[in-house]
Amino acid sequence: MTTETFGAGLKDRDVPAMLRGDTTFTSDLRLPGMLHMEFVRSEHGHARIDGIDTAEAREMPGVVTVVTGEDLAGKLMPMPCIWIPGGVESHFPPHPYGVPGAGPVLAEGVVRFIGEPVAAVVAETAEQARAAARKVAVAYTPLAAVTTPRQALAEGAPQLHDAVPGNLNALWTCGDAERTDAAIAEAEVVVELDLYNQRTINNPMEPRAAVGDYDPVKDEYTLYATTQSPHNHRFLLSALVLGIPFNKLRVIAPPIGGSFGTKGYLYPDMPLVLFLARTLGRPVRWADTREGLMRSTVQGRDHLQHVTLAGTRDGRITALRCTSYANLGAYPSTIGPGVATALMGRSVTGPYAIPNAFCEVHAVFTNTVPLGAQRGSGRAEATTITERVLDLYAKEIGADPAEVRLRNMVPPDRFPYENGLGWTYDSGDYAAALRRALELADYSKLEVLRREARERGKLLGVGIGSFVAICGVGPSTRMQAEGMLGGTWESANIRVHPNGEVAATIGSTSTGQSHTTTFAQIVASELGIDPSAVTIFQADTQKAPYGQGTYGSRSYSVGGPALALAARQVIAKMRTAAAHFLGVPEDQVEYADGTFSVPGREGASKTFQDMAMALWYGWSLPPGMEPTLDVTTFFDPPDFNYPYGSHLAVVEIDETTGELEIVRYVAVHDVGPIGNPLVVNGQFEGSIAHGLGQALMERARYDETGALLTADLTTYAMPRAHDIPRFVMDTTETPSPHNPLGVKGAGEIATVPVTAAVANAVCDALREAGVRHLDMPYTPEKIWRAIREAKG
Amino acid sequence: MRITLTVNGDRVEQDVPPNVLLVDLLRDTCELTGAKVGCDTGQCGTCVVRLGDRSVKSCQMLAVQADGAEVTTVEGLSGDGELTPLQEALWEEHGAQCGFCVPGMVMSLTDLLERDSAPDEQAIRAGIAGNLCRCTGYGAVVRAVQKAVKDKS
Repeated sequence: MTTETFGAGLKDRDVPAMLRGDTTFTSDLRLPGMLHMEFVRSEHGHARIDGIDTAEAREMPGVVTVVTGEDLAGKLMPMPCIWIPGGVESHFPPHPYGVPGAGPVLAEGVVRFIGEPVAAVVAETAEQARAAARKVAVAYTPLAAVTTPRQALAEGAPQLHDAVPGNLNALWTCGDAERTDAAIAEAEVVVELDLYNQRTINNPMEPRAAVGDYDPVKDEYTLYATTQSPHNHRFLLSALVLGIPFNKLRVIAPPIGGSFGTKGYLYPDMPLVLFLARTLGRPVRWADTREGLMRSTVQGRDHLQHVTLAGTRDGRITALRCTSYANLGAYPSTIGPGVATALMGRSVTGPYAIPNAFCEVHAVFTNTVPLGAQRGSGRAEATTITERVLDLYAKEIGADPAEVRLRNMVPPDRFPYENGLGWTYDSGDYAAALRRALELADYSKLEVLRREARERGKLLGVGIGSFVAICGVGPSTRMQAEGMLGGTWESANIRVHPNGEVAATIGSTSTGQSHTTTFAQIVASELGIDPSAVTIFQADTQKAPYGQGTYGSRSYSVGGPALALAARQVIAKMRTAAAHFLGVPEDQVEYADGTFSVPGREGASKTFQDMAMALWYGWSLPPGMEPTLDVTTFFDPPDFNYPYGSHLAVVEIDETTGELEIVRYVAVHDVGPIGNPLVVNGQFEGSIAHGLGQALMERARYDETGALLTADLTTYAMPRAHDIPRFVMDTTETPSPHNPLGVKGAGEIATVPVTAAVANAVCDALREAGVRHLDMPYTPEKIWRAIREAKG
Repeated sequence: MRITLTVNGDRVEQDVPPNVLLVDLLRDTCELTGAKVGCDTGQCGTCVVRLGDRSVKSCQMLAVQADGAEVTTVEGLSGDGELTPLQEALWEEHGAQCGFCVPGMVMSLTDLLERDSAPDEQAIRAGIAGNLCRCTGYGAVVRAVQKAVKDKS
């Protein structure tokens, strides 16, 4: 790199348009002649469909058509699932092409969750479609429902899918059970804990939307949709759902209003708007409502866990065993089963060197919305259970929780470190990050604060959340072993225009992470030019070469290196040509700040622009060199990357009301070199707030019939400005050896330890009131009840 | 019903069914898609616009209730693509990530600063109590308002 652009806190170039209201999201698109689609969703958690009467709906003003599952038979294939638990048998009816299945586009005969689409109505206006959808009469016979894994696995439980006896999708394991059990059996101290990591709803501010367009002259489809993975969705939709040639489908992701994992999934609206656009000969738009989102967009977390930690009296952890029941919901979501198993299970040893570890995950179908990713998914659930039981262990042996952590963390000289569950940590100084957090929190003085709080009638609690989070998904062959159907490399293309401007195209898609700015910084740094000369193109399958998408904190740490490698090839080609023009051997040409020069030869130089123009003309190039600068690269990392850090929360609880206040929140992260601190700090702050939402207030609740009791924002709480404290943040920097930039994932990792830190702080505060453990979310009512119950 | 209103300085005369929401009139008829629809219950604040001298959630009003009113949407805040000092501060502090909540946030904060030229942190947070943001954690938004206030004084 030749300029300081990488690492500068440049302002996000897309923000001015957002501030003016000029950013066109998918739901803002208006195509000529566009029709509007509305779903009729199941009103039951589990029911047989006895009949669907669409006659009245068809007579409603403006209605163009109504389709049901029967109408799609033989026209649309079922949805595929592309990440099943690896290495174990996974149960669900396969897709007709033999790949794992994920259920029908519209319900066929049975509905299995409260928001499952049963029919779709298309009308001239959105209001007409909504009104007509209410007139579709669906006759149901309600069936007994199960909403928790425990219920679903019980003998004689209602069955969701004939092909899945006992509702068990998979029993997935990692680690060494025998050794771990032996270590537990002979341990000096054994601590156990049951914890429910509650179901959450991601709730990006923009509900999902899709617009389908069809050109009958060219027989070409265009899908505009809120998708994190346009290329991957293009492949899956064309080949596996619509059954049309890959070449006939273009997928465009307009600016996306937040995602946090939810928009990387295939949803029924995507194939449906395309199918209807072709059959009706007009563009078809669908835009979800908040209620629709909450009833149908993938939900997060939902692990019921039991953990056993064994250790010595003097604070050395010797074994960890975790059993988790993951609530997959009614169908396998596109990548949900893999998220719920591998991402959680392999992560439960956290940043600690634990010699014996084992984890099993029972992935179970229930009559709830399908499970998917939520910011920090899998890793947050693992971190919460491990950090909670570690605190109980520290209390058990009368040790300082921070000291126990520092004692057990993987030391810097043991990298690469195999955690015994399948991850190989890349690099880090985990203890240094924790020490920095303790320092920033003034940890040694917190006992004074505790006494002061007590004098004011408040219970003060301190909680630490230390973590390491697998990111940068991932090496393709490794992900194959994990059960993923698809490559996980990333691609980039750089074209240098004759005047020296640069067009860089990436395969990933921003959902609010400022890609057009941060990726331009990588290119500009590598090329030694001003970032204003670089334009980033993304999110359009016709513009970008290929790509896998934005998930698992992979865009910057897998796509970024692809871009850097492309830029390096550009400079290499320019250098060869410059040496040729300057008449010197190539190794005598230096490149810095936009100029190729020959040390010791005054005036012998060529600028970046000179070379751009020279290669554009193609005159007198070195023998065999092709004209122009147009480089495409693919980066498939040798392994994942593992950002890490430590959070520390200090809470005060009012014993009489149960009200909780976060009085101090410290967060230290290590994501390797930071390309743009303004953007990355924004990711950290937003991630912490997201974690606080789960810790303090968020929970998706179902009743025993599978009705979602929290299907709007009046019943599902999300943090508002006054709920979020200020954060004290710092970073350490340890590059990852697994990519040429040394960068590690940063988009979601700060969510990972939040629930752990807050849960530990709350339980620390409540210890004095006689409460050993309390599950999230920590609402005043829940805390108040726990205190009352503990006091008897 | 036939209604007449002023939207961003332009006179709009329109026949609207009585059940059409103001936000839908703005988005579908006036083609001003700055105001968003982010929830169905008036909780999210992505649809905030100015109506006369107060800010309103335009999903909580019928279009006919705006008959005769002067409406300003985020598109009408500043002319010729210029940003207001508040918008500049939001840009500098990275107070916008995905951008979906931003139009409503900008309108609520503009309203706040007109009522209180130097709000403290608590007042700023209270001023956007009706605007949900899932990306920023609000910190950058608060800092941006503080910056805008400081730059002005």
